[in-house]
Amino acid sequence: MKPLSLTIILSGLAVAALPLVAQDRPKPDAATGEIARSGQREDFRTFEAEDGDLAYFADAARLTQEGGEAVYEAVCAGCHMPEGEGAVGAGMYPALAGNEMLEFPEYPIYVIVHGQKAMPPLGSILSDEQVAEVTNYIRSHFGNDYVEGEDGIAATPEDVAGVRP
Amino acid sequence: MSMSRRSLLQMVGLAAGTTAMYQAMTTLGYAQASNYAGPIKLEGDPQGAKVLILGAGLAGMTAALEMRAAGYEVEIIEYREKAGGRCWTLRGGDSYTELGGATQEVEFAEGNYLNPGPWRIPHHHYAVLDYCKRLGVKLEPFIQKNYNAYLHRSEAFDGKPQRFREIATDYRGQISELLAKATDQGALDEEVTEEDKQKLLDSLVEYGMLDENYRYVKSDHTSEYRGYDKWPGGGLNAAPEPSEPISLDRILQSDLWTWLVEAETTHHQSTMFQPAGGMDMIAQGFEREVGDLITYNAKVLSMIEDENGVTVEYEDLEGGGTQTRTGDYCICTIPFSILGQIDHNLSGDKAAVIDSMYYAGSAKFGLEFKRRFWEQDEHIYGGITYTDLPIALISYPPYDFFSDGPGVLLGGYAWGATAYQFNAMQPDERTKWAVEYGSRIHPQYTEEFSNGVSVVWHKVPWVLGCYGIWQDREADYETAARIDGRIALAGEHISYLPGWQEGAILSALDAVERLHAQVTTSNAGDTQ
Repeated sequence: MKPLSLTIILSGLAVAALPLVAQDRPKPDAATGEIARSGQREDFRTFEAEDGDLAYFADAARLTQEGGEAVYEAVCAGCHMPEGEGAVGAGMYPALAGNEMLEFPEYPIYVIVHGQKAMPPLGSILSDEQVAEVTNYIRSHFGNDYVEGEDGIAATPEDVAGVRP
Repeated sequence: MSMSRRSLLQMVGLAAGTTAMYQAMTTLGYAQASNYAGPIKLEGDPQGAKVLILGAGLAGMTAALEMRAAGYEVEIIEYREKAGGRCWTLRGGDSYTELGGATQEVEFAEGNYLNPGPWRIPHHHYAVLDYCKRLGVKLEPFIQKNYNAYLHRSEAFDGKPQRFREIATDYRGQISELLAKATDQGALDEEVTEEDKQKLLDSLVEYGMLDENYRYVKSDHTSEYRGYDKWPGGGLNAAPEPSEPISLDRILQSDLWTWLVEAETTHHQSTMFQPAGGMDMIAQGFEREVGDLITYNAKVLSMIEDENGVTVEYEDLEGGGTQTRTGDYCICTIPFSILGQIDHNLSGDKAAVIDSMYYAGSAKFGLEFKRRFWEQDEHIYGGITYTDLPIALISYPPYDFFSDGPGVLLGGYAWGATAYQFNAMQPDERTKWAVEYGSRIHPQYTEEFSNGVSVVWHKVPWVLGCYGIWQDREADYETAARIDGRIALAGEHISYLPGWQEGAILSALDAVERLHAQVTTSNAGDTQ
């Protein structure tokens, strides 16, 4: 029962503050180790959480990871796989690796926001910034090179805002 | 001439339309919640017509069972190595490989299991229940509501789980007190007559466990509902000691009231059922009947119809190369998430609907513990604990109560943004999080956890999600359900019961009836 100690201390504080808590929820701060958002309000009992872990499940309605790589790993990699290799079963999830459809940002932005066939629309769980960042991430990794260089085009949050319904 | 109840209903239906028929059926005690009206009877000779059925889930096997019985030649083509589709159970010794290649070897003890898909059957899902009866599938109660399970929010009550009984009783009592006081003080005089006012007060005293001053207070009476500090016993020192209710403001601020009506929807009201031994007992029941018709390990590549019939190509996943099957007709129960990737020549509007449907993601966890601590330490026997943690809930096994061996909890059932993140993890990592979160409700997790398995539905190779989501069901439903030529589409996705097995079976029965009417009509035409 040792891992409980910190929780009990925090709990004691929470009792006095209870009426305040619901109205004035403390803001999350992964950097200082303060655990405040949904799912992360308590200390960890069974494993040592690293900084990246604290962004997981931080908001029940959306993803809070920041940066293209973190967003990719937290949602896209589930179907397109960690190396963008895609997957095949009775149907398939297309590979993003070496995918020429990613040359221009408009297509992936549209598909991420609105979905396409088996791919669900992710516009409601990702911000404009997250969509733009992950679009640039997949267009500049897995053998794709469409962001940097003379002909490179980087997606912007404004591009994403423009395709939202 | 005697007339069966069903043929009477058919006559009423033909003569007066479906509204009159429904009223007649209700009068005869037949139709209630589900539109299942008893086993279908397919009259008329299909004259040996052959039907290809794609998919050996409940929709496909229902269609196969009924159409073979009606005289059709039937063949089922199935991607998996076994029947059932999402009617699926994982037990010790099973192995499951998800997309991406991660394989989980299930280590559960004998008798324990996880139903990754459907896990409960409402009492008004007449079609599922009737097929269970016909197929000899033993049903037992599924426990949805348990007053001794918990409600939990990380920020409420210092993160300490509260018994459902206490929150539900106190909330009822407190709002009854408020309403009774308002009524008594005349605040509702414009809303209720003087006569009703007294009835309302009487009912609130009863319903809200109020005292003679319309107060909900600590007493033997309220403790009879919310539980005691010391419960009544026998012998010396056996008198009960009442408990202190939780104040209204604490309950309101806790937000725990959000789950009080979970078991109140028609889909969750008692009685609910589950097959003894696992949901796939239903699949096995069907498989006993139609298993001889199924070609397994067959990945459909194309489904093409012309004026003469339907041609289906599939890849034999056991190395047999590309195979071709032909039929006069086809019932395709392949989920739209997969069908949209298969070469077909369905009409353009139908193809557009198929392509517009994605499938919901969700994550389910089966966690095995060395002992049933929830029973032994906390007296929780079946039912569901709700939490705002990412696992969303913990459900306790409603079978093998009081057994000494290990038990399996449904350790989480996540949707939405949470499910996407679980989906992106590898199995070990997912389990690690589910154990962590569960340990915040049951500290025994830390000591007692043994092994776990999880299914994230976007990674399930043969469906790519757990149920179909319509972009615009009102506009598109008829397009999807309509039979244009020789192919009928069926499955839970073509129902108003998404994700429920009842929807799959009702959809299949409806497709079979309409296709059969088409076949027998055109046969009659042929012979003229």
